[in-house]
Amino acid sequence: MSFGGGAVAYLREYLVREEGWLDDEGFLGAMEISETLPGLNAVNMAIIMGDNLRGIAGAAVSVVGMLLPGSVVVMVLGILYQSNHSNPDVKRFLLGIAAAAVGLLSAVTLQIGRRQFRQLPDIAIIAVTFLAVSFLKVPLFAVLLGVGPISVWLYRPHVSEPRAQDEHLPFHRGARHHLFRH
Amino acid sequence: MTRLIHLFLVFSLLSVLAVGGGTAVLPEMQHMTVHTFHWLTDAQFRNIYSLGQVAPGPNMLMVLVIGYQLAGWAGMVVVGIAFFLPDCIITLFVNRWWVHLGGWPWRTSIQRGLAPVAIGLMTSGTYAIARLSIINVQTLGIALVVFGILLWRHVNPGVLVLLGGAAYVLLS
Repeated sequence: MSFGGGAVAYLREYLVREEGWLDDEGFLGAMEISETLPGLNAVNMAIIMGDNLRGIAGAAVSVVGMLLPGSVVVMVLGILYQSNHSNPDVKRFLLGIAAAAVGLLSAVTLQIGRRQFRQLPDIAIIAVTFLAVSFLKVPLFAVLLGVGPISVWLYRPHVSEPRAQDEHLPFHRGARHHLFRH
Repeated sequence: MTRLIHLFLVFSLLSVLAVGGGTAVLPEMQHMTVHTFHWLTDAQFRNIYSLGQVAPGPNMLMVLVIGYQLAGWAGMVVVGIAFFLPDCIITLFVNRWWVHLGGWPWRTSIQRGLAPVAIGLMTSGTYAIARLSIINVQTLGIALVVFGILLWRHVNPGVLVLLGGAAYVLLS
């Protein structure tokens, strides 16, 4: 029942704190895979948790559990919307929600990108990606195939850059922790 | 039938391109559904996106409503499978394979390198919704207030979003 996309924080609260099904290390490991792979974070997390605990059946059950309640609600709303879409108050309400969502998405993007928005090479990659998609209208697959490998190359192994080693320091994990409390 | 096939192809492509999650593919989804295939208008896309904000669970479940709007229940099922299944299969395989990559130095490089790309794409997704919804002073105000509140302290975002909708009904 994660309104507003805080599913991952709820997952951590429940799986690590209450059920004790996995430790923080396991949770963060799963989080790293989820963030790097395509797809919704919460869905990827459900797959990994389910698979690690109970194999493919566990993964399937977790994903259905993650998506089913929201699917029912969104479809009820969708059907109500179809029969009321010309109601001016409904239109205004949905427009206000979209405007509020812009504030929410901005805050979430800023928070997830806290580290990246402070480092010059990362800022350059963010800017190039944003300009390519939003202004130059480069197709997404081309952006991923073009900017992705360049960015990975910038962080290639054995570059004498302090940040590349950050990943292994304990305080880094602590820093990431902080993110999931929000 | 052709439409179902198109829906399947479009949403499964979006699924595998969703590096950085749902927000990251919003511009491409808008482009394809509004401009390439003319399935929806900008306003319809924005309204359906808003429905996803109100429902519990991942916001991107709103793709089900897009499928339903375009091709009824069959459309909903096709879009749901196309948008979620490819990612699930990829994640399942990579999860089993990932542990074997523990000592592989490029693993960290891929994580570090894709992170700013994902954030750039999320920025574009945010911008796409902003272009559709920030149309006057009131909508700009709602976005700024929500942004400010969330930076200031942790409030349930779902409640804020609903209040944003209610505020605009009262303000306009």
